[in-house]
Amino acid sequence: MTLADMSQHRPSLYTKDARTKARNSAEKRFRIYGVVAVGVGVLALIVLLSSVLGSGLGAFRQTMLSLPVTLDAKLLDPKGNRDPADLAKATTITYGKLLSQALEAAVTEKGLAPEGMKTKEIGALISKEAPAILRNQVLAKPELIGTTIDFEALAGGRIDGFFKGRVTMESAALDSNVSPAQLELAQKMRDAGMIKLALNPAFITNPDASELRPESAGLGVAILGSAYMMIIVLVLALPIGVAASIYLEEFAPQNRFTDLIEVNIANLAAVPSIVFGILGLAVFINFAGMPQSSPLVGGLVLTLMTLPTIIIATRAALKAVPPSIKDAALGVGASKMQTIFHHVLPLALPGILTGTIIGLAQALGETAPLLLIGMVAFVKDYPAAPPEGFLDPAAALPVQVYNFTQRADPAFIERASGAIIVLLVFLLAMNILAVLLRRRFERRW
Amino acid sequence: MTIGLLAALVLVLAIGGFILGRMRALKSAKGDLRKLHSLPGYYGQTVALFTAVPAFLLMALWLLAQPALIEARVVEMLPASELPEGANIGLVMSDVRRIAEGIDLVVAQGRLSEADISTMRADLSDIRSRMADVGVALGSNVKPVVFQAAKEYRALNTVAHTAMVVAVLAVALAGLGFAMVRIRPEFRARNVSESFVKVLLIAASLVAIATTVGIVLSLVFETVHFFQLYPAADFFFSLTWNPKFGGGSDLGIWPLIWGTLYVSLIALAVAVPVGLFAAIYLAEYASKKVRAIAKPLLEVLAGIPTIVYGLFALITVGPMLRDYFAQPLGIGSSSSSVMTAGLVMGIMIIPFVSSLSDDIINAVPQSLRDGSYGLGATQSETIKQVIMPAALPGIVGAILLAASRAIGETMIVVLGAGAAAKLSLNPFEAMTTVTVKIVSQLTGDTEFASPETLVAFALGLTLFVFTLVLNIIALIIVRKYREQYE
Repeated sequence: MTLADMSQHRPSLYTKDARTKARNSAEKRFRIYGVVAVGVGVLALIVLLSSVLGSGLGAFRQTMLSLPVTLDAKLLDPKGNRDPADLAKATTITYGKLLSQALEAAVTEKGLAPEGMKTKEIGALISKEAPAILRNQVLAKPELIGTTIDFEALAGGRIDGFFKGRVTMESAALDSNVSPAQLELAQKMRDAGMIKLALNPAFITNPDASELRPESAGLGVAILGSAYMMIIVLVLALPIGVAASIYLEEFAPQNRFTDLIEVNIANLAAVPSIVFGILGLAVFINFAGMPQSSPLVGGLVLTLMTLPTIIIATRAALKAVPPSIKDAALGVGASKMQTIFHHVLPLALPGILTGTIIGLAQALGETAPLLLIGMVAFVKDYPAAPPEGFLDPAAALPVQVYNFTQRADPAFIERASGAIIVLLVFLLAMNILAVLLRRRFERRW
Repeated sequence: MTIGLLAALVLVLAIGGFILGRMRALKSAKGDLRKLHSLPGYYGQTVALFTAVPAFLLMALWLLAQPALIEARVVEMLPASELPEGANIGLVMSDVRRIAEGIDLVVAQGRLSEADISTMRADLSDIRSRMADVGVALGSNVKPVVFQAAKEYRALNTVAHTAMVVAVLAVALAGLGFAMVRIRPEFRARNVSESFVKVLLIAASLVAIATTVGIVLSLVFETVHFFQLYPAADFFFSLTWNPKFGGGSDLGIWPLIWGTLYVSLIALAVAVPVGLFAAIYLAEYASKKVRAIAKPLLEVLAGIPTIVYGLFALITVGPMLRDYFAQPLGIGSSSSSVMTAGLVMGIMIIPFVSSLSDDIINAVPQSLRDGSYGLGATQSETIKQVIMPAALPGIVGAILLAASRAIGETMIVVLGAGAAAKLSLNPFEAMTTVTVKIVSQLTGDTEFASPETLVAFALGLTLFVFTLVLNIIALIIVRKYREQYE
């Protein structure tokens, strides 16, 4: 094809030929791929968060029954001497009967009681945890005995699920734990104002509960355990990480040994987290004999995992301090150690703290290594105050999520999502703190 | 004396040492600062460092080594012939520890005195019910030899603890004395304390090496132990994974490796195109404003804990794939599947691919772009034919890093991929991975003598080596590439 031929095919420069059009549309397509890719990423984030929020928000509201309970002195304190030791002899079974009767009386009074439903079946609307709560209330305040109190009882998990849409009449017909008649009664009670969905602070403070009582399961022990571990990580990882960074950045000679350390740190940052769990199990628990499920072991494992993150951030922060400041300090006669500790370190501090908070946030969300060191155990007792508490068994927030997912009752899925919301709120708070620190104190040289 | 109290005492000694050292330095110079080699604070610092550091070091080493040493001594007391039928030494030792704890409780509650304990014999009194009284549950009646071992264990622990307190305090006081004696006006306190601090800094940076050594040793040691109980050839070449806790298990690694690779492959098939195109768009096309919003949003994906992704797979993605794809097509009926885990893991590693690729694309010099535009290439042609070839090694490195992340990921596959070890091509079937099996073999009540438990360490070693090789290759590629344009 000669130039003359081409000009014949192309009447004007303003009309694009086929090849230009193809190239331009290829350009457009390529650009759209990019937009789609970014869109997919952002959409995935939105779907992920909304799915968790959607299924978890229910955990923060709980179905409660309010009913008057007459604390019969003959049942609860047959000897009539209000002696705590004697009062403790009345078990939760007694209190359970008391609650069932109170509920039946309340329901009958309002004319809601269905024909032929037994006291036990009506009582089954109340959570199995409620008698224990009532008992503790009475033991703490024996003068309540003999009076009639207004008691807010937890509703059972199925009833709670009914008002949250998890349990339906059809599913209840197949369920041995609840019958459609009970659900109808619950609906009537709600219409009569005896049942309401109330805010549920117990979800944050309660310990975990057994398979049969999802309605009383909470995150108290897990939050405490996670907090203990974060304290240990902070106390160990920050000084060790900063010290290692100072050595590597300011003192280390360029030789093989330094290279070895640096390669090690880079690799540790990429070792799968579960391998750290194996390390913790083999070294801290089997070799050193530290107690399983304790925040101490969890904290040590997470410290080792977090160190590389903190070291990398600290070195970047130290590197960002301009050499002129060091030169000036050295020039007026400060020793190298004085230069670093009096001038470089304070200037690098905001960067170091930011990196530390991000490392802590990572550690807070880590699950896999904690599974191996026994933190999956069912823990119902709060750990003691530190330092003894560091050796008590405890749970951790992300592991608690995993624990909830392993239970059969679907009510625990709501609890798991709720726990994730709590976890994400903590992470968000930490990240915002890191961003604020950076904004407020970071200097550009 | 509890450990916390001991530590506090050493700290008090150190602070006291600082004050004393400072005062002594001032006194030795008769109040004339110019006569001192260093500022008085440095004299105090040397005393404090010499008091606290060796004492704490000794304490840490002692606490780490004591249980292992004592256990070795007690195990010697338990000859194999005396053990109950079928029980192994690990289980007996845990009984010994529980009984020792129980005795402590009995004494603490004042039910029995120390003298009673020392004359108490398992064949004469009912240990089990006494233990149950204080809340220590034992599985079976206590054999005399086990009870003797428990008493010995307790006695050794008490002795060792006292010895530790004495030794730590002695070391602290010796350090204090040594440093105090050295204080004279011409003593170079600053140099000494700075060298001391430097040693501490070096020690801190050695923690990284110690961690790696700890990982390798614990993996290798238990893996060797495993291969003594289970033939290595079966582990590496058998195609079935079927652990039975009664013994006679098949522990072939291939189904697990296959599951791991399959899940990772799907994850990469999701993350590489999305991550790469997102990186290209953000680096080459996006306006500053779009970049400032989209880049952090993508990076949030990397900051979300993996358990959140796991739950997402379990409650959203898994049921959705089952109801809309697998069941209508008749190719699977389980909500946990390779596809579920792969898709969700793909989302998780998008930012690993996109962030690193973004950096690498940005590092390609502007002159290459300008040259290409000058020749009349469009922007997409420049990217495809100039920038991509230049950035390719770095991008390969980024993808390898993402792959190593995917292979080592645990929670998503635990909740999303299932637990059945299978060699199958159907992505809608549940399969399992190396990490899932490490978790399932090591959680719950484990005894460290059966191949079914120890296999987890062999799996861990495989995983460690696998990801290490990937990481090293990726790091070498990325590093080499970075130097290319510097």
